[in-house]
Amino acid sequence: MTDRFDIIVVGGGHAGCEAAAAAARMGARVALVSFARDSIGAMSCNPAIGGLGKGHLVREVDAFDGLIARAADHAAIHYRMLNASKGAAVQGPRIQADRKRYKDAIHTLLDDQAGLHIVEDEARALTLDHSDSVTGLALGSGRILSGKAVVLATGTFLNARMFCGADIAVGGRVGERAAQSLGDQLRARHLPIGRLKTGTPPRLDGRTIDWGVLEEQPSDGGDWTMSPLGPGRAAPQLFCAITRTNARTHEIIRAGLDRSPLYTGAIGAQGPRYCPSIEDKVVRFGDRDGHQIFLEPEGLDDPLVYPNGVSTSLPADIQTALIRSMAGLERAEIVQPGYAVEYDHIDPRALDASLAVRAIPGLYCAGQINGTTGYEEAAAQGLIAGINATAFAGGRAPLILDRASSYMGVMIDDLVLQGITEPYRMLTARAEYRLRLRADNASTRLTSIAQAVGCLGSARADWFNSRIRVREALLTKLEKESVSSERFAEAGVDVSRDGSRRSLFEWLRFPNVDAAAISRVSDVFDNVDPALIAEIAEDAHYAPYLARQEAEIRGLRANESVPIDPALDYRAIAGLSNEMTERLERARPETLAAAGRIRGITPAALSAILVHAKRRAA
Amino acid sequence: MTDTIFALSSGQPPAAVAIIRISGPRAGAALEMLSGRLPVPRRATLTRLLDPVTGEGLDRALMLWFPGPASATGEDLAELHLHGGRAVVARVMLSLSAIESLVLAEPGAFTRRAFEHGRMDLAEAEGLSDLLFAETEWQRRSALVMAEGGLSARVKGWQDRLLGLSAEVEAMLDFADEGDVEDQGESVASLNARIAILAADIRVMLDRPSGERLRDGIRVVLAGPPNAGKSTLLNALAGREAAIVSPRPGTTRDTIEVPLGIAGRPFLFIDTAGLHEGTGDEIEAIGMDRAHAAIGAADVILWLDETSESPAPERTIALYPRGDAEGRSMSPNGDMIVVSAASGAGLDALVAAILERADHLLPRTGEIALNRRQRECLASSHAALQTDDDLLIVAENLRVARADLDRLTGRAGTEDMLDALFGKFCIGK
Repeated sequence: MTDRFDIIVVGGGHAGCEAAAAAARMGARVALVSFARDSIGAMSCNPAIGGLGKGHLVREVDAFDGLIARAADHAAIHYRMLNASKGAAVQGPRIQADRKRYKDAIHTLLDDQAGLHIVEDEARALTLDHSDSVTGLALGSGRILSGKAVVLATGTFLNARMFCGADIAVGGRVGERAAQSLGDQLRARHLPIGRLKTGTPPRLDGRTIDWGVLEEQPSDGGDWTMSPLGPGRAAPQLFCAITRTNARTHEIIRAGLDRSPLYTGAIGAQGPRYCPSIEDKVVRFGDRDGHQIFLEPEGLDDPLVYPNGVSTSLPADIQTALIRSMAGLERAEIVQPGYAVEYDHIDPRALDASLAVRAIPGLYCAGQINGTTGYEEAAAQGLIAGINATAFAGGRAPLILDRASSYMGVMIDDLVLQGITEPYRMLTARAEYRLRLRADNASTRLTSIAQAVGCLGSARADWFNSRIRVREALLTKLEKESVSSERFAEAGVDVSRDGSRRSLFEWLRFPNVDAAAISRVSDVFDNVDPALIAEIAEDAHYAPYLARQEAEIRGLRANESVPIDPALDYRAIAGLSNEMTERLERARPETLAAAGRIRGITPAALSAILVHAKRRAA
Repeated sequence: MTDTIFALSSGQPPAAVAIIRISGPRAGAALEMLSGRLPVPRRATLTRLLDPVTGEGLDRALMLWFPGPASATGEDLAELHLHGGRAVVARVMLSLSAIESLVLAEPGAFTRRAFEHGRMDLAEAEGLSDLLFAETEWQRRSALVMAEGGLSARVKGWQDRLLGLSAEVEAMLDFADEGDVEDQGESVASLNARIAILAADIRVMLDRPSGERLRDGIRVVLAGPPNAGKSTLLNALAGREAAIVSPRPGTTRDTIEVPLGIAGRPFLFIDTAGLHEGTGDEIEAIGMDRAHAAIGAADVILWLDETSESPAPERTIALYPRGDAEGRSMSPNGDMIVVSAASGAGLDALVAAILERADHLLPRTGEIALNRRQRECLASSHAALQTDDDLLIVAENLRVARADLDRLTGRAGTEDMLDALFGKFCIGK
C-alpha cells in the first residue's frame, strides 16, 4: 500500500470522521489516522445527539450528506423534539443513542466510502517543508504519510490531564493515551494555545436504579428522524427518567468542596458557563433547592445509565454519597466515577474562516481542538475543514458559509473572530438570523451549496433534486391558488368573513390557518411529504419577519465584499486603541464586516480601518 | 504608528491667551523638546519655550501634561497656554510642525480620537459638537446635558433592560427543556408587560420637543397677502434691514430667513412672498409655492391678514397689521394682536405671544433633546417593541430594538446579551 494521500485526518471522533468522509465524497484519497480503529466513532460523553442549536448543526451536516444524522437514526433508542410547543426555528431534534449501534453505523458508513483509508497508528508530528507548509504526517510506527493537507481533529487529547478528586492521570479519556508529541510540536510553532476543562458525570448501573418511583420521559410519538436518508426509526425505543438533587445532595457537595480539584486550584482552566459541574451549580446558585437530573440509558443491551446534569470531579466516595441522596438512586452503584479533563486547545483566532491555520499552509483544525464542546459542533467543523482541505489540495476556493446561511457559519465566524473564553457550545441565541435558520429547512438552505462543491453522494443528490422539483411546484400552486375568507369560514376555519381573497401562501400567515386548515379548502398538500409541508407553512407564517431580515442581510453582505489585507498593519492606523489592535491582530478579519463583528470594535474604528485600507490601495 | 496631532484650540488671535493642544504618542516628547522637561501630570507649570532646532526663545507659557489613557482624548495629551499674539501662535505652531510625526489636526480630530478611544460615545460626541456651536443659553444648557452623557445614561438604562429581557427570552428558548429555567405561561405574560412598560418609557422621550428646533431655531413664518407689511414687521423684530422693504406689493419674491435669539431662545424668522390670486408671473408663482411650503413647515405662523383665515389656525398668531394706518376695511377682532411696525405699538405683546408658543416647542432648559438621527434610532427601537405570544417573535423584536439602540450610541454586541443571560440564570446540565 502506498503512503501517498491527498488529505490526512488525525482523530476518529465526530470531527475527524466527518472531515475524512467529506473529503472522500469530494474524490480525495484520504487517510484517517487513529490510535485504535475500534475507538473510531465512539461517543465519549453524553449518549445524546442533537438538542437546541445542536440539532440544527446535525441537520446542516446532513444537508452536506454527512454521517452524524444517519448514524444517529440507526442508533436512536429515544427521540425527543425539544421546544416542540414553540416555533420551528427553536425546535431541537434530539436522540439518545445506543453507543454500540452508533459506532457500528459510523464504521459501516466509513467502510462503504470509496477513497477513505483507516490508518491505525499514533500521529507523532506534522512534516513541513522549508516554508512551513504541510507535506504530511509522521507516525509513531515510523511510517510517514504524505498529503497536501492535514486536518487535526484530536479532541481533548492534546496534553490532556484527568482529575477525579486528588487523583490526576495523563490522558484524554479513561483508558486512552494523550497526544503529547503533536501538542509539543504545535506549542513549538508558537501557535496560540489555551487550556480548557470539561467534565463528565459518573456512570450508573441501571439495574440498581429504582425506576418505579421516577417520572418517565417516553420517546416522542411521530416518525420524524434526524436524516431523511437514514434507516427511519430502526431501533426499539426506550424511556428516560427524571430525578432531582435536593438540600441533602447540596450539603454533601458543599462538604466535599475542599477536595474538588476545581476549588483546590488544581484545575485552573476555564469550563463552560452553560454546562457547569454540579459543584459549580451548587456554589453559584446556592439559593436553588434542586436541579433536574435526566437518567439516560446508554444502550439496548447495556445497563449503563448516564445521569445528565451531575458532571463532577469530586472524589469517588463523595460522588457515591451525592448520587445516593437522590430519589430513585438510593441504592445506585457507580460503575465509572465522573471526572474532569483539562486539555490544550488552539486559539481559533489563529484560523481563517476556512478553518485553516494561517501560519501553517495546508493545516486545518476541527472540533474540540478549536475550543468547542459537543459532538455536533465537532461534526460540523470536521465537515467544513474536510471540504476546505480538499478544496485547498485541489487549488480551489474555500467554502465560507456566512452567518445568514447556517449555524455552521455562525459558529465558525464566532470562533475565528472572537476566540473563546470557555468551551463553545451552539445556542440558538447566537444566530441573529435565527428565524430563517431552522433545523427543518437545512436541506433547502444548504444542499445546493453542497452539490456545488461536489460533496454529495448519488443517493443524496437524487433525493435532493426530486425534492427541489416538488418544492417548487408546491410553492407555485400555493401562490397561484387564491381562496376567499368565506370559503375558509364555511370549512370551519376561524377567519373573519371580510370578503378578502388571498393566495394560500398568504393565508398561511394567519394564526388560525395551518396546513390542516389549507387541506380543508384545497388539495395542494395531498400526497406531499409532511416534513416539506411543515417547512413551507413555517416560511409562510414568519414571512414578514423573514423579509425584514432579508433586507438586513443585504446590508451585511455589502460590507462582506470589502476585503481587508490579511497582512494589514493595524498599529499604523490612527485611532485604534491597544485593545482593538490586539483583537484585530489575533483574529485577522478577512472583510470589513467581519472586523465590525469583533467585540469592542466601534463604528469609528471601522471607518478608520476602511480609510486606511483605501489609502493604501490608492 | 499613530500620528500625533496638534491645533490651536482657542479662538483666533489676537487674544489674551491662546491654547494649543497636542494629542498622541509623541505629545510628551513634543513638550520635552520645547521646554526641556516633562512637567508633573495635571499641574500647570510655567516654562520658557525654545525652538527645538535653533534654540531660539518662543514664549513664556503655561504647560499642562495629561498622560493617556486618563485624558480627554484617551491618548497622551499636552496643552500650551501661550500669549495670544498672532506671531507667537504662528511661531510655536511652526516649531511643532517641524517635530517628526506631529501633524496639524483636521477639524474635529480631538473629539474623534476621544470617541475612538471610548472616552465618549456617539451621543456624547454629538452633544459636544452642539455645545461648541451653541449660540443661545437654551442651546448651551441642552448641549451640556448631552455632552455630559445625559442621553447616553438614559439609553444605557434602556439597553440594560432590553438585555435583561432578551436574556430571559433566550433562556426560555434555549434552555426551557432542561428544567432549570422558570416555567413559561406566567412568565411570557410578565415579559410582555415589562416590554410594554419599556416601550412607554421610550415613548415619553420621543414625545418630548425635538432638539432640531433647539439647534436650528423655531420656525416662525410671516405670511399673508402682498403688501401686508410682513417685511416691515420682520425688520422691526430683527431691529435691522433684514428684508428689503418697499411699499410696492410683491417685493419679497423669495423666502428670506433671519435667525434671531429672543430671550435666550433660538428662532428662525421666515419672510414669505405675498399670497394672492396669481398674475401669471412665473417667478411670482415660484415665490408663492415656496411661501406655501414654508407655511407647511412652520412651527408658528404670523398671519397678517385680517380678512381671511390662516391655512393652519392652530399654529397661527393672527395679527392686525399696520394698526396705525388710516382707512382699514375691517376692525380687529378679539383674538388679533394689533401691531404697528412703524410706531412699535403691539410688538411687546407679539413677542410675548411668540415666546409663549416657543416654550411649548422647545425642550425644557437643561432637558435631554434628541436630534433627528437619535430620534430615528429611538423611534425604530420603540416601533420594534411589540408584544407577542410567540416567544420567537418577541425575541426577534427585542433583537431589532437592541440593534437600534446600539446604533444610537454606536455600540453593539450579541455577546453582551449572552453575558446577561449567563449571569442571571442557573441553566444547563
